[in-house]
Amino acid sequence: MFVAWRDLRFARGRFVLIGAVVALITLLVGFLAGLTGGLASQNISAVLDLPADRIVLQQPSTGQPSFSESSIDADAVADWKQAPGVRDVIPVGIVQSKAKAGGTTAGVALFGLPHGSTSSTLTDLAPAHADEVGLSAGAAKDLGVKTGDRVSILGARYRVTIVGGDAWYSHTPAVVLTPSTWAKADRAMGGDGSATALAVTGDPDWSAVADRTHTAAQTPLASLAALDTFKSEIGSLGLMIAMLFGISALVVGAFFTVWTMQRSGDVAVLKALGATTRSLVRDALGQALVVLVVGIGLGMLVVVALGTLAGGALPFLLSPLTTLAPAAAMAVLGLAGAAVALRNVTKSDPLTALGSNR
Amino acid sequence: MITLDDVTLTFPDGASRVTAIDRVSLTGRAGILTGITGPSGSGKSSLLAVAATLIRPDSGRVTIGDVDATSLSRDDATALRRERIGIVFQQSNLLPSLTAREQLQVMAELGGHGAGHRRRAVRSRVDELLDAVGLADHAGKRPAQLSGGQRQRVAIARALVHEPQVLLVDEPTSALDQERGAEIMDLIARLTHERDAATLLVTHDLVHEGLLDELVTVVDGRIVAGAPAMGAVAPAELSVARAVRGAMSVEVSEAVPTTGA
Repeated sequence: MFVAWRDLRFARGRFVLIGAVVALITLLVGFLAGLTGGLASQNISAVLDLPADRIVLQQPSTGQPSFSESSIDADAVADWKQAPGVRDVIPVGIVQSKAKAGGTTAGVALFGLPHGSTSSTLTDLAPAHADEVGLSAGAAKDLGVKTGDRVSILGARYRVTIVGGDAWYSHTPAVVLTPSTWAKADRAMGGDGSATALAVTGDPDWSAVADRTHTAAQTPLASLAALDTFKSEIGSLGLMIAMLFGISALVVGAFFTVWTMQRSGDVAVLKALGATTRSLVRDALGQALVVLVVGIGLGMLVVVALGTLAGGALPFLLSPLTTLAPAAAMAVLGLAGAAVALRNVTKSDPLTALGSNR
Repeated sequence: MITLDDVTLTFPDGASRVTAIDRVSLTGRAGILTGITGPSGSGKSSLLAVAATLIRPDSGRVTIGDVDATSLSRDDATALRRERIGIVFQQSNLLPSLTAREQLQVMAELGGHGAGHRRRAVRSRVDELLDAVGLADHAGKRPAQLSGGQRQRVAIARALVHEPQVLLVDEPTSALDQERGAEIMDLIARLTHERDAATLLVTHDLVHEGLLDELVTVVDGRIVAGAPAMGAVAPAELSVARAVRGAMSVEVSEAVPTTGA
């Protein structure tokens, strides 16, 4: 890195420029990743919070399972409960509706969950009695209520007994009712009151039971594909992030290709003097890594700062998945781009240093 | 010491090949400055490239110290250049981002085995060599801040900082005026003798002939004349040496195949 560090110092204008470009792309990628993560969290956090090894949904005769269309009858529930290897089955009702408190109305996701299920942010909201309701933090905030207040859902009034953590489904905050109250609400909305999904734990022969009961058993993560809004949202945002990754690799690759071509004479001289190709490659990649680490580091610092500020106003998720993972991916892709320029280093002919007019 | 023994080098030229060096034998001895002269296109630089292990000849042998350079792999030839050969290019070929001191230090940063040892050894010689080439006060300057002559001095110091057995110099005065050129030639001659390097110096400028210990003339890839130059002989023998060289210059058809070493 002897020459690489001195090149960085000598041509600092050029390197500051490419570093700034990398930082800006990182800012875009990081902000988009945080936003995607935040939106995703508002879409799926309640589903991921279900205590389950697999989420079971109705398998339609054609097409893929869907949370919005799934309905699992009592026979299928019983079949899953009796299947060998199954430890626990929690029938879960999910339907989107509205809730009112005073003059405030908010869209909510109604969950029907039995009280006392395996503890999680979502199941901890399950009330013990039919006239009670548990609100996620988002629902309580949207409705402006606290424990002991009353909310109205589909004409029935419930007492808020629990206000818990954040749980979201399809961009609406979760409100948890007892299974029987939920079934009543579902029927009031034109449903049949059957559970939407089953949260199953254990180690049964998943496919055999699923085939027998005309259901599909998927890991919670895989089951997210059954959420239509999530699929389309993550698809378009993911595409944007992927394109930014590609742009980042291209920009870094193009810069280092031009840079290496500019200094091909120096490379030839160093080779003529006895430099190993390995040391020259190490120098070139090291130089790229310095630019990437500094650019990505600065970009991510801004992302974290903006994310912290915007967290209250936007669905923005700051986590290693939305900061460190994209940063690492950008570094790897940037290095891959810079590696393209290495051809100019490895193929440089030391003979050109003799008699070259520089 | 460097020995070129019956070296032939050809280059592709359409369907046939053109001979750049034709069965040349030449010996450069430690502490001796050997000039290689000849008209443009005569093969001088090709000869230097072969000596520098930058091109492998079609046939013949290049021996540096006790190493047969023609049998080495590309990596081993690179290591040989790093450890035993110093090269001064036609242009100074300094790296624009490095100061004069760093141009010398870089010789210990070229990779390969023993980098730590080389670094210590080079570090201890950098200031002494910059002083020897008269640039002690310019150690912190980059090439753009140095004159042409100063740049060439740095290049000479760089070529010597790892104490090579062989110093190969390619027309070092071609980009300099006569006065600066004379200074550079003086410097190369002095350092060759002081540091006991076997120096091969390609030049077409015989103004400085007096500084050469030996001189060979290359025409069409062949050595056509070779004899001790004026610098290698005592003043009393000068007239004899001149007479010998004069005789050779008119009898090129009966060229001596090796230097008169």
